[in-house]
Amino acid sequence: MSDMTDTGPVLAADGTPLKRSLARALRRQKLRALMLIAPLLLFILISFILPVGDMLYRSVKNDIVSKTLPNTVVALESWDANSGDLPEEAVFAAMATDLKSAAAAKIHTKVGGRLNYENPGISSLFRKTGRKAKKFDLEAETVWKDELIKINKGWGDTDVWRTIQTYSSPITAGYFLNAIDMRVGPDGPEARPEEEQIYMKLLKRTLWMSMMITVSCILLAYPVAWILANLPARKANLLMILVLLPFWTSLLVRTSAWKILLQQQGVINDILVWLHIVPDDARLVIINNQFGTIVAMTHILLPFMILPMYSVMQTIPVSYLRAAKSLGATDWTAFWRVYFPQTIPGIGAGSILVFILAIGYYITPALVGGTKGTFISNQIAFHISTSLNWGLAAALGAILLAVVLVLYWAYDRIVGIDNVKLG
Amino acid sequence: MTDTAANDGFVVFDRVQKSYDGENLVVKDLNLSVARGEFLTMLGPSGSGKTTCLMMLAGFETATHGDILLGGKPINNIPPHKRGIGMVFQNYALFPHMTIAENLSFPLEVRKMGKSEREAKVKRALDMVEMGAFGGRRPSQLSGGQQQRVALARALVFEPELVLMDEPLGALDKQLREKMQFEITHLAHSLGITTVYVTHDQTEALTMSDNVAVFDDGRIQQLAPPADLYEKPQNSFVAQFIGENNTLEGVVTEIKDDTCIVRLDGGEVIDATPINVSNVGDRTKVSIRPERVEYNKDRIQEGAHTLKAEVLEFIYMGDIFRTRLRVAGNDEFVIKTRNAPDVDRLVPGQQIEIGWLPSDCRALDA
Repeated sequence: MSDMTDTGPVLAADGTPLKRSLARALRRQKLRALMLIAPLLLFILISFILPVGDMLYRSVKNDIVSKTLPNTVVALESWDANSGDLPEEAVFAAMATDLKSAAAAKIHTKVGGRLNYENPGISSLFRKTGRKAKKFDLEAETVWKDELIKINKGWGDTDVWRTIQTYSSPITAGYFLNAIDMRVGPDGPEARPEEEQIYMKLLKRTLWMSMMITVSCILLAYPVAWILANLPARKANLLMILVLLPFWTSLLVRTSAWKILLQQQGVINDILVWLHIVPDDARLVIINNQFGTIVAMTHILLPFMILPMYSVMQTIPVSYLRAAKSLGATDWTAFWRVYFPQTIPGIGAGSILVFILAIGYYITPALVGGTKGTFISNQIAFHISTSLNWGLAAALGAILLAVVLVLYWAYDRIVGIDNVKLG
Repeated sequence: MTDTAANDGFVVFDRVQKSYDGENLVVKDLNLSVARGEFLTMLGPSGSGKTTCLMMLAGFETATHGDILLGGKPINNIPPHKRGIGMVFQNYALFPHMTIAENLSFPLEVRKMGKSEREAKVKRALDMVEMGAFGGRRPSQLSGGQQQRVALARALVFEPELVLMDEPLGALDKQLREKMQFEITHLAHSLGITTVYVTHDQTEALTMSDNVAVFDDGRIQQLAPPADLYEKPQNSFVAQFIGENNTLEGVVTEIKDDTCIVRLDGGEVIDATPINVSNVGDRTKVSIRPERVEYNKDRIQEGAHTLKAEVLEFIYMGDIFRTRLRVAGNDEFVIKTRNAPDVDRLVPGQQIEIGWLPSDCRALDA
């Protein structure tokens, strides 16, 4: 009874505050729960969060110049790139020192390669100079300015020095500028020349085609999901196996099958020619372009649209439609005003799934996309495995991630993410 | 009955049959007539065909054979949305993505009614079910009973002449159900609309209806006002299905006009009123209501038939006592007595004599 009049915290039987006592009692449970999910957490941390974080950091990381050419970076700080003059002798001397040690460590080509992304030609400048740098006599009285320009007249170009200066900071926006078809010019960021612009075009194309794929998936999946949801359970299960069947076949096999179907000497063209719908000398080009990519990817991603739609439609009792009709609505009004609005969560969930999968897809566009049907992900793959410009690949990936997050946010604002039912 | 039914009913089923699989008839030769303004209940166990009948009337199922007439016109080929029949569904089927007012406005919108007229009608309908303050809410924010009222208002808002209700009170608790039973009947009668109501709850059927059609096995077993149904069941299914009933089996040994003599399987011979036994030698089930059996010697009336019985169980139920007896070899013979100061409470093992009037004892089909 004394508790009733006490205005302080409620106490447990032994006198400790009830809150602390409760927390202690729950701690064991929480620890045990944490232990159970610890392996998964660890796995996700090591295999997902850390690599993704590292890749995102690579999109701005730029310590190769400052690490390989430490003296030059310091010496260049005071140089005004816009003056039109070459840097002072001290800078050239610092460069000679840095080049000698870099050549000895055989890392001079790496920094050359890095700078070459920004200013083509620097790679060979560093390679050629590096060959001689091992024999530099730093004690001798040499005018390094003349000496370096003698070895390669590239050192007499202010642009080269500007590039080195620009990329001497350990963090750079260069990769991101590059990824949106810009570069650092004499007056700060500027657009690249028209013929060098590829990434924004690719990004727009990727978004556009992913949208087309999502829309065609919605149109094709809606009736299928409706039939599945309205059939008796046994038949629905059988049909569901057919829907899931593509998952049991390798992605490569499915994509190759589309190649066989759609190519100019392929099944569809053969049939059209045989039916005299299309003349033999004007067979349709329906692969290795955007059309081929959209067809093949719609087919591959269709189950991801059908499943969430089906799970939502299954929960809508037939009595809603009946009620609407008994209230005087025609079949169409009943569908459009009563049934369709209730399936929007399913459409939303399916669209998010399909769109996000499509935007990052790369095998299928690579195989059936030709040059006009490739996605931004194909460029990312190219920079990861062929050009080895991981920084640019990371920047492109980060932009893609940002676009997806923005779309997700927009979707949440418009439809509401709690309106999404995945199953 | 068929002929008169086809002539003057507002809703008429004329030799209607329904089969889903082409092998079994769910509804077998149904003839039924509902007068204008009548409250008819279709009562029966699940699978008896009552809901199928309702769905055929609403237009969601088509009759395999026979005609359904509404106001004298066959409606077999009229789609549901043109029938103008209001319907209340078992789960209410309120559209979850619309507010209550939008739900009610829906049937008026599809009828292309003007905005101000719509609003006036919606308000009147909501006030009618005392839900006027809830127009802006969503169905999920209402309790079961409130949803029920809204569903009722929605079925009535476009002023149909006929309203169908498919077990509308099934999901409510007992008290609310009793309250709604009263409200629905009151509303239906005051608006003068014809109501066809489907339920498997006999209390609901007895308390609400003008007429009850008892369904079993795809046929109407009896169509009668509630009192007749309870007191004068026409066959043993109805006797068993409506209310509590005691059954004694035997063979008819003699029939004389309005009485017959039955020799029970235990050997006892009793008088009964023959209902649907026609021949001597027929097997019969004799039906006696528990509250028509008397065991107090002073109260057993003149001309009552008496039998010996043994008390097996005495159950105190508050307002009544329910006593289980062994009568003529039947261990499930139940009698009910009102809890009054002058009533003896029986003790298990006690030997008593019970009696009933032959007119309360109906010899039905076996």
